[in-house]
Amino acid sequence: MENILASAGKVSEAAEVFEVAAEETSAQFETNRLKHIQSKQSTSIALRIIQEGRLGYATTTDPDDVKNLIDNAVETARFGMPAKFQLPALSSYPQIEIFDPAVDATPLEEMNKLGQELIEIIIKHTPEILCEAGVSKDTISVKLLNSQGGQAEYKKSIFSIGIYGSLIRGTDMLFVSESRSSCSPITQPEDIASVVIQQLELAKNPASVPTRQLPVIFTPRGLASALVSSLVMAFNGKTVLQGASPIGNKLGKKVFDSKISLWDDPTIAFRPHSRPCDDEGIASRRTPLIEQGVVANFLYDLQTAALANTKSTGSGDRGGGLPTPSPSALIIATGQTSMDDMVKDIKEGLVIEQLMGAEQGNILGGDFSGNVLLGYKVESGKIVGRVKNTMVSGNVYQVLKEVTAVGSQAEWVGGFLCTPPLYCPRLSVASKG
Amino acid sequence: MPDIETAAARLAEALKEYKADYIEARLEQSQRSHITYRGKELESAGRSTAVGGNIRALVRGGWGFVSFNDLNDLPRRVELAVKQATLVGKEESRLAPVEPVVDTVDSKQDSPLNIPLAEKKKLLDEYNQIIWRTPGLQTSVIGYADSHKQTIFLSSTGSYIKQPRTDITLRLSAVAAGDGDVQQAGLSLGSRGDFSPMRRLHKEVEEMAKKAVDLLSAPQVKGGEYTVVLDPVLAGVFVHEAFGHLSESDFVYEDNRLRQVMVLGKKFGSKELNIVDSAAVPGLRGSYKYDDEGVPATKTYLIKEGKLVGRLHSRETAAKMGEKPTGNARAMNYRYPPIVRMTNTYIEPGRASFDDIIAGIKEGVYAKNWFGGTTSMEMFTFSAGEAYMIRNGKIAEALRPVVLTGNVFTTLNNIDAIAGDLDMNQGGGCGKGGQFPLPVSNGSPHIRISRCLVGGG
Repeated sequence: MENILASAGKVSEAAEVFEVAAEETSAQFETNRLKHIQSKQSTSIALRIIQEGRLGYATTTDPDDVKNLIDNAVETARFGMPAKFQLPALSSYPQIEIFDPAVDATPLEEMNKLGQELIEIIIKHTPEILCEAGVSKDTISVKLLNSQGGQAEYKKSIFSIGIYGSLIRGTDMLFVSESRSSCSPITQPEDIASVVIQQLELAKNPASVPTRQLPVIFTPRGLASALVSSLVMAFNGKTVLQGASPIGNKLGKKVFDSKISLWDDPTIAFRPHSRPCDDEGIASRRTPLIEQGVVANFLYDLQTAALANTKSTGSGDRGGGLPTPSPSALIIATGQTSMDDMVKDIKEGLVIEQLMGAEQGNILGGDFSGNVLLGYKVESGKIVGRVKNTMVSGNVYQVLKEVTAVGSQAEWVGGFLCTPPLYCPRLSVASKG
Repeated sequence: MPDIETAAARLAEALKEYKADYIEARLEQSQRSHITYRGKELESAGRSTAVGGNIRALVRGGWGFVSFNDLNDLPRRVELAVKQATLVGKEESRLAPVEPVVDTVDSKQDSPLNIPLAEKKKLLDEYNQIIWRTPGLQTSVIGYADSHKQTIFLSSTGSYIKQPRTDITLRLSAVAAGDGDVQQAGLSLGSRGDFSPMRRLHKEVEEMAKKAVDLLSAPQVKGGEYTVVLDPVLAGVFVHEAFGHLSESDFVYEDNRLRQVMVLGKKFGSKELNIVDSAAVPGLRGSYKYDDEGVPATKTYLIKEGKLVGRLHSRETAAKMGEKPTGNARAMNYRYPPIVRMTNTYIEPGRASFDDIIAGIKEGVYAKNWFGGTTSMEMFTFSAGEAYMIRNGKIAEALRPVVLTGNVFTTLNNIDAIAGDLDMNQGGGCGKGGQFPLPVSNGSPHIRISRCLVGGG
């Protein structure tokens, strides 16, 4: 890396080298049995330069390919966006625990056993179910060096388990799933199995809902599948800068229900999306986005912050390309109401566990519309069965403007979102009945 | 580091020496470039190069897979893949037999990577100027990317296939905003390496920008069941989501219940309905000569005269279902093992005209262009980029984009008219098993579906 930085320094005003090396091993189960073991080694080196005030960018997988890497960066710098920022000098970062050597030390046999146990618990409950499952361990090393003396280096471990079950009766299909991840080994399959078993129980009986406006409870998974993409876009400083965020000019204003608070937090110990600094070497910190319904901040990387005349929030994320503002882990504050009390409050309504295809429409505008892949009918305060052939449509900003209740217990969904359930007074439901 | 040819030559003999039922290796060398615009400004331009490969081993029905960027010490990687497969394998290995192939596939096309970035930028500048001539726009996004890769596939049974692959994608979108409301319109296309289709979009770009602004004043459809007419682009997405994925036999082959549902000869649609998947059609984004298991591409009828007649296979799914391999095992790149995927999927043209199709509709929805689509096998959703009401047999007012949903087992039966105007959409990318976006194309003539569920206010 040092040699790349030194060579790049000769042809540019400023340069930065970012390297990610990863080793991943996974055991994958199909139709209730172990089917694949995979291991993946990868290296990627990204070079960013500023030449005559413009950004150049190139990547390679080969650490010896220095000349080509620099030539490519130089070619793109001829057209690149004018760089409005300074690369950061050496600074200190918070200590965040994200590496546990026990992850890499977990033997394959142990991972196989864990997957097998998980499947066995679920088959014991529903013998005719077919499960796919995956157990994986990753070790990721990140290094960053820039010509201003900035420097960062950290190691992260991630252990994940996921299960996906399908239950097919004629052409009637039910899909249930759950996944967990952590920077430490996960050893108990029972927690994950219990979520899947609860889905199977609640979906046992068929039920149907009428075509009209109904009260809806989004479970944490339901919320992730329906509402989150729009919020991620709306709080992205880049969307705001372009004037395309519906809340871009609402900083300090109350846009959401006062029961709603949301923040981005890359500093929680042992969470897979935590890190000491972002992909540009800016220290991680917790950033409030919604405080009791009021828009509090947007997320910025260095370039976007400079253009918007503000400071980076340490949200520069590479995701395979140039850094761009992105949340690390979104947290929604818990409220006062238990899930049971929410259900009890509904005379006729829906619980949404997964909305399929909800995020394919105008997500920038906050619209969502999807098929209820997994959802339950509520009748007189009780969940009575699974609904099908049902679509739910709405707009995130309308939904979050008035929320009846926020759940008292939060759950992690996909490592990226931690949220309680949300109870909305009415949403548009269309059903084939 | 050795180049892929040197590494492949060293591996060719070595693969036969390990204790496995079957071993294959895939080595890749690739270049990519991209240019993106956000608003009036170029946002980023970049180039990347990658070298990598993988080894896949099969032992007693269990698979081991090892991928890497470092081409040094490949024998150690082969050993690891074999060791993993041995740990998994407890059954019998079954792969449909194929003749070993030794072939070098020529690239007849110049790589788009050879066109200077400056020339591509000039063209995108023209499009961006057109977009920004439209009054009322808030912002725009343009994303251009091209890639060229050389792959070498070799197997323990003696295959050695050198095959190039080139891909170009261009996506443009215009965003209009007003009074707390944001609307967007998009254009998406791709090519198997020919840059020229990217050059003639001036008129379409202009229309796209106007559409975004017009949407701000368009009403939202009322949710419910409608007779829906789909244009070739959206009908292509529909056939991909609503049926294509279900015909991928890795979902079916070890699932006895699903096998009973997907039994050959089962009626899915009317006699006029024919659905095909074919990587053997030249020049489309899903086209190739050999798949990533070294099996030659074929043309496969999935539905003929309304009945299920075929499905897409890898060597393993074909063997386990007692059917012929179809050459549909594809991997996004060397980091992934091949899985059963679609290539170029389409509904064959029928006889009706567009006017015939809409003539009898009292109140319906005409949905065009696409945002996306997804499927759960039984249920699918797909979203239109543009929509209009149909009233008394005529196209009426514009609507906000709509999302349509249905059940695979009933919706295909509800296709009651098929036009003759087949057109292939090259702008899509397919996702499955974490592998996204895989270049595919899909297409259809205009079709009419009765009783389709449309989400709305």
